[in-house]
Amino acid sequence: MRIFYHPILGKLEEKRKITLEVDGKKIAAYEGEPIAAALLAAGIRVLRMSPKREEPRGVFCAIGRCTDCVMIVDGQPNVRTCVTPARDGMKIQTQKGLGKWAKKL
Amino acid sequence: MKDRLKSTPGAWVISREILEASPGYPSKEELKRKPVIVIECPEEIPCDPCETICPRGAIVVGEPITNLPRIDQDKCNACGLCIPICPGLAIFLVDNTYSEKEATVSFPYEYYPLPKEGDEVNAVNREGEIACKAKVLKVRDPKSHDHTSVITIVIPKEYSNQVRGIELQQKVDKNE
Amino acid sequence: MGKETMNVELAVVGGGPAGLAVAAKAASYGVQVTVFDENERPGGQLFKQIHKFFGSKEHQAGIRGHDIGYSLLSQCEEFGVKTMLNTVVWGIEKNMLGIQNNGRTYTIKTKKTIIATGASENPLCFPGWTLSGVMGAGAAQTMMNVHRVQPGQKALMVGSGNVGLIVSYQLLLAGIKVAAIVEALPKIGGYMVHAAKIRRTGVPILTSATICEARGENEVEEAVIASIDEKGNVMEGTQRVLPVDLICIAVGLRPLAELCWMAGCKFMFLPVLGDHVPIHDENMRSTVKDIYVAGDVAGIEEASTAMEEGRLAGIAVAEELGYLGSEEADEKKNLARKRLESLRLGPFGDTRAEAKRKLTESEVNR
Repeated sequence: MRIFYHPILGKLEEKRKITLEVDGKKIAAYEGEPIAAALLAAGIRVLRMSPKREEPRGVFCAIGRCTDCVMIVDGQPNVRTCVTPARDGMKIQTQKGLGKWAKKL
Repeated sequence: MKDRLKSTPGAWVISREILEASPGYPSKEELKRKPVIVIECPEEIPCDPCETICPRGAIVVGEPITNLPRIDQDKCNACGLCIPICPGLAIFLVDNTYSEKEATVSFPYEYYPLPKEGDEVNAVNREGEIACKAKVLKVRDPKSHDHTSVITIVIPKEYSNQVRGIELQQKVDKNE
Repeated sequence: MGKETMNVELAVVGGGPAGLAVAAKAASYGVQVTVFDENERPGGQLFKQIHKFFGSKEHQAGIRGHDIGYSLLSQCEEFGVKTMLNTVVWGIEKNMLGIQNNGRTYTIKTKKTIIATGASENPLCFPGWTLSGVMGAGAAQTMMNVHRVQPGQKALMVGSGNVGLIVSYQLLLAGIKVAAIVEALPKIGGYMVHAAKIRRTGVPILTSATICEARGENEVEEAVIASIDEKGNVMEGTQRVLPVDLICIAVGLRPLAELCWMAGCKFMFLPVLGDHVPIHDENMRSTVKDIYVAGDVAGIEEASTAMEEGRLAGIAVAEELGYLGSEEADEKKNLARKRLESLRLGPFGDTRAEAKRKLTESEVNR
């Protein structure tokens, strides 16, 4: 859930609303916020499945260090969603294992 | 999960003895006689905004900066400027002279939403337990406080030594 | 490899509190400074610190971290500091940096380099620690204070140092319930005043207690906590199940010192400062010529100490580059050192002060 009013930080600043497509489903997001934040706001907390045991993983460090939050973004696997800004129309997929490239680039 | 979780005894608790022995705590006589600033800061941490902001030089930390703040109750006129500036939210104003049976306690408060003047609220002690009913007398939130409001509540006098806040008002989620 | 080469007089790697303080200080004496940061916005972790800082007036005590961040940024702007954002510094050798920006690689030639890369949070292993919903306390802080998203609805905090206590308080500010704070040691690690303000809301602080397990199908749904004995073993029968969807881990940080290792800096193992820490002298100069360190990378402390170390390094660099006379520089450096010392006083600071002395007095510094 978004924090619309914060006692110290005040009202949430209005930013441009955009749409992301997550595993085929559309969610609303703010332009420029990290993808992981937009997903969290939409209640999506499982971002990938681990390679060996296919266990769910989510955000751990939120500063781009741990790579627990990597997903497939616009066909590119292993994108750190906690530090990658959301852009309108991005296609995001839950990553399975090491992920696959959507197409040859 | 039948009984409520309780803090480990002694885990954090500033015992009344430690507090009352610290130099920022007023004496029993002063507490009775006039509105007094109560500083609950019993650890030597490097911090002195209370000293810097006091216009009457009533609060002294001095050198080294880890000294516990001392307060000269004769110089202090209980203006309360030190309450919102304290980064530890550890300064209170207790007035046992408010009326025959009632006292006021002023404390820093940063939660959303703020109570309104005139509200009936639950006053809590240092452990967050409800101590008594209280009436909100004043809510001060000027820009200079930088989002640390100072709330004054009226409570029965016998609780003035333990009440240090109110129950959070955020039971209903008022986001959006 | 990058064909394009840029010349920079002073390169600052990392635009957090330490890096920005270096940049503003050095630039104020005329040094040409470029700050490299991999994020979209400069400020590092300063903008998630929305509490009023401790310290004295010179340390900007009583002012909230994010406001200190804005004032540092405007100082940098005023003195013409250049910033290269979305830029990863991936390599360092002597007076050369390898950087990547927008998919392109460049080489940066520098006269002096400051490594101010900060720190990362320590994880903690327990059954279920990889479940979604287990995250660093700082991660939760980033989500709620910077991105304005609640990382969960009800939290368990593991660790009662200042990070654990402050983030618990900020969870409450963000409208998130805190079920408990557990601390393995018999005493809380952080300031009593932080604990006191949390306790006033009724959040229990359990010492000699730990997390045993995080449970849930895909995400955290429950946490199992228990009391532990002096040896750290779980005491049977004390386990309790808390219904939480967020478990915050606040068990310390360690320096992000990869670039220092790569550069060949000598290190010292100082657990009080977080791990292996690059040895530096009293001017924040590492053991490698022309490379300086400042902030958490040089030992885990606080944002206020990081900024003072940054100012100290900024003055030292300006002196070495000839922008400041040695007399004036000495005077300014001594003042900066005094401000640093005062932040390391008292029972919470003296072990850090001692560890820092070991670094600066190391023979490796010559």
